[in-house]
Formats: sequence, C-alpha cells, structure tokens
Amino acid sequence: MGGLLKSSVAKKFAMALSGLFLVLFLAQHFTINLTSVISPDTFNEISHFMGTNFLVQAILQPVLIFGVVFHFIMGFVLEIQNRNARAKNYVRYNGSANSSWMSRNMIYSGAVVLAFLGLHFYDFWVPELVHKYVESHPADATRYYGELVAKFVSPVRTGLYVISFVFLMLHLLHGFSSSFQSMGIRNKYSEGIRKFTVGYAIIIPLGFIFIALFHYINNL
Amino acid sequence: MKLTLKIWRQENATAKGKMVDYTIDGIDGDMSFLEMLDVLNEELVNKGEQPVEFDHDCREGICGSCSLQINGEPHGPDKLITTCQLHMRTFKDGDTIVIEPFRAKAFPVIKDLIVDRTAFDRIQQAYGYISVNTSGNTIDANTIPIKKENADDSFNAATCIGCGACVAACKNASAMLFTSAKVSQFALLPQGEVEADRRVLAMVEQMDKEGFGNCSNTGACEIECPKGISLENIARMNREYLKASVK
Repeated sequence: MGGLLKSSVAKKFAMALSGLFLVLFLAQHFTINLTSVISPDTFNEISHFMGTNFLVQAILQPVLIFGVVFHFIMGFVLEIQNRNARAKNYVRYNGSANSSWMSRNMIYSGAVVLAFLGLHFYDFWVPELVHKYVESHPADATRYYGELVAKFVSPVRTGLYVISFVFLMLHLLHGFSSSFQSMGIRNKYSEGIRKFTVGYAIIIPLGFIFIALFHYINNL
Repeated sequence: MKLTLKIWRQENATAKGKMVDYTIDGIDGDMSFLEMLDVLNEELVNKGEQPVEFDHDCREGICGSCSLQINGEPHGPDKLITTCQLHMRTFKDGDTIVIEPFRAKAFPVIKDLIVDRTAFDRIQQAYGYISVNTSGNTIDANTIPIKKENADDSFNAATCIGCGACVAACKNASAMLFTSAKVSQFALLPQGEVEADRRVLAMVEQMDKEGFGNCSNTGACEIECPKGISLENIARMNREYLKASVK
C-alpha cells in the first residue's frame, strides 16, 4: 500500500476515513431511495440528475468507486496481517467474554456487504451502463422508478437485499463508532457520537429494508 | 475440589506441543491459581514426570509475569486481576480448566506455558523513556506544575505491568494497548512532551516490526487488562502518531 500506509496506525486511519466516506454516501443513497416511496416523480428527477450530471458522473462516481474498492482491499489486507499475527490459535478462545460479535466479525459482515454490492451492481449499475453507453437510448427521465420497482418483484432478490442490509447493520454497529477511535477522536463528545452512530447503524439499514419490502409488497 | 486440567505442554521453542490432561484432587478454594499449579507440579515431580513450566515472580499482581490463558481468557474469568490473584473458588468441583500460553507470533513459546515477551522490552527500548540528565543535577519533577487530569491519566497509563494480556485477548494479537499506555504516560507530562513526536513514531514502528496485529477496536484488551488500562490511550496514541506524521 506504499510508504504512506506503512504503519498499522496509518492503515487504520485510512480504513476509518474510507469507512466514514462510505457512511456519508449511504445517507445520500438512502435519502434518494426514500423518495421512491414518497414520490416516484421526485425519484425519477433526482435519479436522472445523478445519472446525467457531469460533476456526479465524472468526479463523485470515480471517488466513490475508489472509496469502495480501497475499503475492501484494505479490509482484506488488514485481516491477513491480523491472522498472521497469531501463528497458532487457542484451543479455547472466549471472545464473547470481552468483545461484541460485531467487532470480532467485521471481515464476515463486510464480505456479505461486498457480495451484495456484486448483486447490486449487476441489478442497477451494469444495466445503467449498458443503457447509456452500449445501447444508446434517447434520454428518458421517467424510466428510473419503473426499473427500480421491477427489481423487487422477485422474493428471492428482495430476501437477499434484506439479509444484506442486516449484515450492513452489524458492520456499521461496530465500524461507524470505531472509525472515530482509529482517527484518535475520543473526548467528552464520544458518548454522544457513539449513541448517534448506533442510531444511524440501525435506522439506515432498516430504512433500506423498508424500501425493499415496500416495493415488493406493492408488486404483489 | 477435584478438577480436570487441560494444559499445553511443549518441550521447547521448536517442539510441536500438545494439550495434556491431568486430574487433580484436594484443591482448596482459597488457593491461588498458581498454588494449584504448584500442587500439580509437586505431584508430577513425585511421579518422576516433568513439571509444568510457567512464569511467576511477585505473586501479588505487580510483576506481570504470570501470564496464562485460562478457559479462553487471559488471567482467567475474573476481571482486573492477574493469574496469581485468581483464586480457585472461582471454579467448581468437577470443572475442566483449559490452560494455554499467551498466543501471538511476537510471543513465541519457550516451554510449556512460558512465552518470550521481550518484544515488549524492544518496544520500550525504542523510545519508552525521557532523555534527562541523571548525573546528580536532576530537577525534582514536582517543581513543574501539571494539570491534575493529566497527572492522573499519566499515572493510570503507567500502571501497565506489561503482562501481555492485551495481546493475548485481542483477536488480532495487537499490542496497541501496551504501546499506547507507554506512549501516553510520557506524552501527558511536560517532561515527556518534548520528545513526544519522535517517541510515538519510534515505538509504533518497533511494534509493527515485532509482528503484532492491527487494532480493530474490539475493546477486548481493555476488558482483560489486569490494571484496567483504558482504550483512551489507544485513541491518544493514534492522535499523537497522526500529528507527528504530518509534521
């Protein structure tokens, strides 16, 4: 990862920073998705803006992709180093006596979210690229809501989305507040920050679950 | 009480090692855990067998030598104590107790339950000190006013006995709690502040060189630390390190 990220502290800082960036992105994604429940027209309007705006497409999207790829690669790099740091495992290891399941299994919850991203890209990003750059359709600002709803006809896909969001919740429950510790932020506001991060970690994934189930039930 | 002990036996640093079962009877609840091991060793010696090797020294929770992983936790199930302060009344008649050495690549097993923790010494040697004249003209530290909060935090950090429970408990075998305690105890005081940047960079570099894992902020180290060293020290070290890196 180069000289900049040579030390363990720097690696954790970078991991925390990329994580916080993705947390911010989640809030933005959730807000846009929520409009699909409230007003299909607004959802279409925002989606069209996001899909056609130069700044979003040429700058924000590559930064987001870099953030996602960096977070996952760094997560795996750290996991490999951590596993190597214990040459021989304990016969008995009572991890639950001193730490939460979420904190000990970030790699697994993260791997589920990564697998979900594969499905999510297959569902939305790849068709969007094909629509825009391969098939070259005329611009249609009203297609987005229909495309979104069509994905939630399948109970299997809806189920996979729900399960993935549960794992996202588990990942955020530890990761969001932990990122502040990795960045050295620990002061009189820390308890407030922790409460906010727990609330965020529960509300945002539950919101995504609600949106998926809303469209699935609407399709019935 | 009668107990079944499952103990890691390893002839030397290069031997493979395995868990060996022992049955021990007549253990009193008021015995310390190490006294129970003493009884076992007496029996083994009387039978002509090799005693179980384990580290111990002060037997009053200060030296940090008696580092054992007991039933999956460093220093056993009780909190804020070392193994020598663990009493057998914590266990019940008929219990099975699994005893292993602290596991980390940076803490190689020397024999049975004894591990080499000199990695901690090398982290300390990297910059776990302040450069002061000790030739007889040393200025009394108490002549410099220090904020009460800083003095308390520094003292608390300095209570780390370097036992290695933080490394043993951490799923990543990270030494961040130990290193951060040593960084903090100096960084919080005016005498240590002068060299704070060089200190934190050197100590983290040495910690990484030793092959310890990265901190995942699970908090296991803080829970299992016999001296209750706080995670606040890790946040402080991260802060100090990042600050020193950009200077």
